Amino acid sequence: MKRLSKLINEQGIRTDGRKVNELRPIKIEVGVLKNADGSAYIEFGKNKIIVAVYGPKEVHPKHMALPDRSVLRCRYHMSPFSVQERKNPAPSRREIEISKVTRDALEPALMLDDYPRTAIDVYIEVLQADGGSRCTGIAGASVALADAGINMRDMVAACAAGKVDDTIVLDINDEEDKEGQADMPIAYLPNLNQVSLMQVDGKLSKEEYRKCLDTAIEGCKKVYQLQKEALMKKYFGDEIDVGGSE
Amino acid sequence: MSKKSNVIVEHLRRAQMNDLLAAGKRLDGRGVTESRPMKIETDVIKKANGSALVTLGNTQVIAGVKVQVDKPFPELPDKGLLICSAEVLPLASAYAEPGPPDEDAIELARVVDRGIRESEMIDLKKLVLIPGEKVLAVFADVSVLNVGGNLFDATSYAVVSALLTSKIPKMEVKDGKIVDTGKLMETPIDAVPISVTMARIGDTILVDPTSEEEACMDARVTMTTDAEGRVCAVQKGGTGTFSVEQINHVVATAISKGEEIRAKIKSVTGSG
Repeated sequence: MKRLSKLINEQGIRTDGRKVNELRPIKIEVGVLKNADGSAYIEFGKNKIIVAVYGPKEVHPKHMALPDRSVLRCRYHMSPFSVQERKNPAPSRREIEISKVTRDALEPALMLDDYPRTAIDVYIEVLQADGGSRCTGIAGASVALADAGINMRDMVAACAAGKVDDTIVLDINDEEDKEGQADMPIAYLPNLNQVSLMQVDGKLSKEEYRKCLDTAIEGCKKVYQLQKEALMKKYFGDEIDVGGSE
Repeated sequence: MSKKSNVIVEHLRRAQMNDLLAAGKRLDGRGVTESRPMKIETDVIKKANGSALVTLGNTQVIAGVKVQVDKPFPELPDKGLLICSAEVLPLASAYAEPGPPDEDAIELARVVDRGIRESEMIDLKKLVLIPGEKVLAVFADVSVLNVGGNLFDATSYAVVSALLTSKIPKMEVKDGKIVDTGKLMETPIDAVPISVTMARIGDTILVDPTSEEEACMDARVTMTTDAEGRVCAVQKGGTGTFSVEQINHVVATAISKGEEIRAKIKSVTGSG
């Protein structure tokens, strides 16, 4: 029922010209907002997302404060003009769920017990959405948290894989998300080798599931290199070689 | 926002739990892949098209299915609607409060909905009356009556059981108008999705966590599989992580445990 058009041609090329294991062009810029303690602008193909981090700061309302650690709060929000049909600006159930899984994906990387009685607010604003915006948001938020100088155990890289025309592909776009067979967004802590976000919708056999996970993690490792490069570029200029990048 | 479990587990109890887990045992005497006793009663609400009361250990939830005529989504004119919702009633725990659903309740409803939807449990094409204009909408609403851990699976089993035993009104189209024949027909069921929720505490992964275990867990994952052993929906939750090996390992548990529970639900609901 979901096979309306062919999404991969005979040469193994996808509708946007990519190979099956190729990421969309990624652009990350660090420190784009003056007022924020940390910020990042990130593009995954046509996804355009801006992230701001405020904190550690005083907690309002005060009863939310925790005596032994900081409270991490995340808001994933789509601008009304970010999608084809205007989106009602009020937070939808989808956005509330994504905000929650984003927080769960970022929290393992943060040393929140270094900042008792404070809050760290992460605001993710999707200016333009193109499939995979939750992963883009998480990857951007991780860079913004590093830019804010929050103590971290690892970076959080994120990337989706999926099943399209019976093939496992990396980083699915909007069209592949809507007409493909399955979608698996993953957030991954590359140095700790841990998965902090995982969702699946669509049918996958056990073998496909494992291949999809491997594909997504390979993608996350590439995203991680770009996150590091973006941070190095802001803090050390262009000349420094990050090492390990392909 | 960053709401941790409301259940407080004393240090000694937690230490006891960890000691037992190291030996592959649990506080209530279960093995790590053992579910709590489950009781399913169907047709408990006669006014609903289908209903189920599920008791899973201390957790108790009730699901009701209602069917009504509605407009299809503009982008899916040839499909009926299926909408799952879940609510934790204020009577379900000392910490539940009245008011709009919080993020935990929204996640619960969306994860259960995703499993039912992605497995294509109901053949939505058979719910179309006038393409693009009138379709049947199946609402599966769940109320949590007692919070006792693993709301995801209890809710999911209740929805599946209620749908499996539901009868929907037989409608006819006469001169472009919808006429209720007063008869009932079987809901068009194609698959029986079963969710299995696993919690990680330290290096141990356990099935069907209690409230106490959820309060101590590092992370959880809910995995919904169908009878063909395909993964239909996954949701990782909690503020911890899983290693890649663990994520690869849990899929096998979800499939084998899913088979066991599917057989039980099928026998209770008399569907195959």
